[in-house]
Amino acid sequence: MSHSTLLKPESLHDWLMSDRPLSRRQAALGRAYGACRTFSRNRLAMAGLVIVVALVLVAIFADLLAPYSAYTGDLRTTRLLAPSWAHWMGTDDQGRDILSRLIHGSRITLFVVVLVAVLAAPIGLLVGTVAGYAGGLVDAALMRITDIFLAFPRLILALAFVAALGPGIENAVIAIAITSWPPYARMARAETLSIRQTDYIAAVQLLGASPWRIVLRHIMPLCVSSVIVRVTLDMAGIILTAAGLGFLGLGAQPPMPEWGAMIANGRLYVLDQWWVAAAPGAAIFVVSLAFNLLGDGLRDALDPKGGQ
Amino acid sequence: MAVPDPLALSPAPLATSVRLSGPSRHARRLNAIGRFLVVILLTYLGLLAVTFFIGRVIPVDPVLAMVGDNAPPHVVARAREDMGLNKPVYTQFYIYLRKVLRGDFGTSVLTANPVMQDIRRAFPATMELASLGILLGAGLGVPLGVWAAVRRGQWIDQVVRIIGLVGYSVPIFWLGLMALLVFYARLGWVSGPGRIDVAYEFTLVPVTGFMLLDTAMAGEWEAFGNALSHLILPASLLGYFSMAYISRMTRSFMLNELAQEYVVAARAKGLSEARIVWRHALRNAMVPLVTVIALSYAGLLEGSVLTETVFAWPGLGLYITNSLQNADMNAVLGGTIVVGSVFIGLNLLSDLLYTLLDPRTRTR
Amino acid sequence: MQQIHLKETILKTLSLPTLSISRRVLCATATAAFLLCHSAAALAATPKDTLVVAFAFDDIISMDPAEAFELSAGEIMGNTYDRLVRLDVNDPSKLVGDVAKSWTVSPDGRTYTFEIKPGLKFASGNALTADEVAYSLHRAVSLDKSPAFILTQFGFGKGNVKDKIKATGPLSLTLETDKAYAPTFVLNCLTANIGAIVDKKLLAANEQNGDWGYAWLKTHYAGSGPMKLREWRANEIVALERNDNHYGSKPPLARIIYRHVKEAATQRLLLEKGDIDIARNLSPQDIAALGANKDIRLTSVPKGTVYYISLNQKNPNLAKPEVREALKWLVDYAAIGDTLIKNIGVVHQNFLPVGLLGASKELPYKLDVDKAKALLAKAGLPNGFKVTIDMRTVQPVQGITEAFQQTAKRAGIDIEIIPGDGKQTLTKYRGRTHDMYIGQWGSDYWDPHSNADTFTRNPDNADEAKAKPLSWRNAWAIPELTKKSDAAVLERDAGKRKAMYEELQAEFRKTSPFIMLYQQTEVAAYRSNVESLKLGPTFDTNYLFKVAKR
Repeated sequence: MSHSTLLKPESLHDWLMSDRPLSRRQAALGRAYGACRTFSRNRLAMAGLVIVVALVLVAIFADLLAPYSAYTGDLRTTRLLAPSWAHWMGTDDQGRDILSRLIHGSRITLFVVVLVAVLAAPIGLLVGTVAGYAGGLVDAALMRITDIFLAFPRLILALAFVAALGPGIENAVIAIAITSWPPYARMARAETLSIRQTDYIAAVQLLGASPWRIVLRHIMPLCVSSVIVRVTLDMAGIILTAAGLGFLGLGAQPPMPEWGAMIANGRLYVLDQWWVAAAPGAAIFVVSLAFNLLGDGLRDALDPKGGQ
Repeated sequence: MAVPDPLALSPAPLATSVRLSGPSRHARRLNAIGRFLVVILLTYLGLLAVTFFIGRVIPVDPVLAMVGDNAPPHVVARAREDMGLNKPVYTQFYIYLRKVLRGDFGTSVLTANPVMQDIRRAFPATMELASLGILLGAGLGVPLGVWAAVRRGQWIDQVVRIIGLVGYSVPIFWLGLMALLVFYARLGWVSGPGRIDVAYEFTLVPVTGFMLLDTAMAGEWEAFGNALSHLILPASLLGYFSMAYISRMTRSFMLNELAQEYVVAARAKGLSEARIVWRHALRNAMVPLVTVIALSYAGLLEGSVLTETVFAWPGLGLYITNSLQNADMNAVLGGTIVVGSVFIGLNLLSDLLYTLLDPRTRTR
Repeated sequence: MQQIHLKETILKTLSLPTLSISRRVLCATATAAFLLCHSAAALAATPKDTLVVAFAFDDIISMDPAEAFELSAGEIMGNTYDRLVRLDVNDPSKLVGDVAKSWTVSPDGRTYTFEIKPGLKFASGNALTADEVAYSLHRAVSLDKSPAFILTQFGFGKGNVKDKIKATGPLSLTLETDKAYAPTFVLNCLTANIGAIVDKKLLAANEQNGDWGYAWLKTHYAGSGPMKLREWRANEIVALERNDNHYGSKPPLARIIYRHVKEAATQRLLLEKGDIDIARNLSPQDIAALGANKDIRLTSVPKGTVYYISLNQKNPNLAKPEVREALKWLVDYAAIGDTLIKNIGVVHQNFLPVGLLGASKELPYKLDVDKAKALLAKAGLPNGFKVTIDMRTVQPVQGITEAFQQTAKRAGIDIEIIPGDGKQTLTKYRGRTHDMYIGQWGSDYWDPHSNADTFTRNPDNADEAKAKPLSWRNAWAIPELTKKSDAAVLERDAGKRKAMYEELQAEFRKTSPFIMLYQQTEVAAYRSNVESLKLGPTFDTNYLFKVAKR
């Protein structure tokens, strides 16, 4: 510590990026700041962030932004109209404006997607890393439980949920989350198996860290990046799965403008009135892309190994 | 409180694999195999039990499929008795287990055939489709993912990402119908839905259930070409679907590998970029990648219902879904056993491949 | 120069020099595969002597006429099995003899005597005499499966059927009912698949433990119809072949193949391309689009299936008569008729489908929100109320439900839609745990009693009641209507019988908890080289064996 650094006034940036942090908190804040800077330098990731923020804003201000009602339409006059200046994305088979439905549906869709990701990913990560690190009987047992969940026909779980909890989209979220975590677990386990033998894990063990600490503080962060990539890829799949369960009653109840349900409805009109399925499909694609870019950016920023 | 720490059961990773006392290596191996078999058996049991019990609580009356909506009450009662639905659930499960152990998976209410016979027809159909799909998916996805990782940040990276995302976020029925419309209806490049043309339908004797194998073994090359042209579009669809995912994950794993120190060292040593990427980095990335491909394959097997619907493909996905919607539990359980076996098998295979590919995982 | 530069750039970009050989191999394989596919695809048109039909037949569970009751199975049996009498496809109110040459009814109305045509044979070559006819009917009654009620309702049972239905000679048969029913009623019931004639000798050879050949016939064939069943691969294919032993005129085509294709768009593409000759499950959009196609024609026929929304009388709000009527004024029948069910249905507000004796075409209801509001106010519910509806997630049912939800909301009625799969919602419906239910009813046999039995008869309204007609499922207690329906089935004069059904329908329209919506129209689209395709009012009168191809 030289005399000059004590006397010269430091900018916040210098303080955060200092090589010699004076406290743990400064180090942690510094790391977070560094991550933010890496992230913001990634233009694509920023684009993803912008889209996601826009999505959240659309969801919040849906009532103001939607040009028509998302729930009422006229069978006679406004049914299955092609995209035009009056209806930017056309109308659906009940005469409702598709753009308005998309805007209102962003709320439900976002809710479903984020909730499933937030529920399924941590469970999978935990199970996978514990199994990969522990090995032996624990590994075998956890992996066989994972196999059971993987082999389970998703539909039967959906029907069971309908029986137990009734129809509705909240129960769909739980059903999807319960069947979504196994792939994350298996991937986390695969990564853990590779990481387990490395020097730095050995070093931490020599330091006397308990196994839980090793798993939670050292191994998990290394697996997070691939799980993030997978989760962002899965966003679109989750929406489409929710649509698939909808026909059993475990999904958005009509006339809810949930995007997956809109696509399922558009299935009958694919060949002639393509816009009924295309509009929500495009919306799902854009959201998927945004989360994907965001996920990649997060991965690059957070990953202690991958920094460039 | 002496609760055993599950993680403490693992021996320290630096321990050697030679034990100076205790049971011999032979005995240990038998022990390991025995434990392994017990675990597998428990998995099956767990899968069956959960599926069975859930099947009895789902809100669909299994008798409906058998007798229909208009049946007089005494017919319904008799059917309920015949299906054993009046016994307590545990008894029913026990009876079912006993039959399964004898190899009898019961009869399907919907098809009036023994479930095994139905599955022997439906499973190869799905497997043929999924296998060709994963070949295309991995065959294209891995190189594309490597390419994107090597050219990270450049336009090719973004193109691969977009292509992948399109495949993953559009509904598969839409993609399927569009593909049918373009390649079948308008261009006529491939044959339509169904496994094989009506003209060959009754001249072919199914041996394995795989159209390509059966026609090739019988020497019917015209039928082979026809089966291939029916297969190519739905397989490409599934392949595209899995390619999206595999390429993304390959890119991610490759990026991890390319950031390692040995890559820097190899470059310093003067190895060509191609050699580093393909022979070293990819080899290391294969370990988790194998899991991804196995998961993808398993996903194709169970998730192909929509493809099977659009392409009129009489596979396992449609079979299980239809049976489930009618509460035909014998068929559902039979299908679940088959799918479960495939999952377990694939997972074990990928575990085995780890030990082959990554020496670090071979301990104890 | 530039080209060499480009190649180097490409190679460098790909940085795959070691794979150039394998890439070439890959290219070669791909080209070969493409050529193979292309040539194979060119041979795709259907064979000249085979009719290929795309039809969703995943509802078939058995090929035994004593057991099969679902629609698709009905069609297969209609083409492969003979029975005593058939409906005249051109005029379904008339009957033609199939296996029977002629028949008489005794003066007391309880004994029917049939003369069997001589020299008839089954597809197996075995002779078809009155003995086989009696056997078939004995078998149907004794096995007592789901469709058996069509015969047992005449007083036949396992114990007495051998006495009531007797072969009195090699070519004559008598049948004795317990009451003097309307002859048209009895004969109409005998046209159903339950009355199919099965091959006694063949079944005896395949019998197990005295089961009348039941286990074997589920997946095999023992009939005498114009076509014989060659193979049934569930959810995949049904193959029929011409039966050369059939007494009638030879079917023009040697084979009929049904391909199971669930997706309507796929059926359409197959038809447009010519890989199938007839498509049976098209959506209204597909039908409208195909109208413009010069190679494709359409044929349609009203079917004996009616769609309705029913109101569970256990719900106190729905039990109020004003509410029942108000809801009938809250459906936009005209708009639905012109859009959602265009080409596949016709607005119909009676429980008897058009084509049956006594069917009424009255359409008293239309969308009238004000009238509905007034009725609700009279019922003490001026601000409407909340209610749920169980809906199957298929079209057009889903579309109609959503439209109904919107129009009902205008009168303050808040409908929550509970979607579910077919059997799921049916299970709930049969347990009387619904509020409203949107469903359909297809006649089991071509007689008005089939629908009256379920809509206007409720002998026992208790929860533990054995029988579950639609009126019971909605807890509609109707002792008077039940008596009237019972009387109508015993009325032997056709004119009087017609009047009785018209009276039943009039009362039903006013007071029932059923909002009748529409009657199904079955549409088939076919290639222009297909001739003589005529669909009948029921699935077992879709005589595809008469079709020819140019």
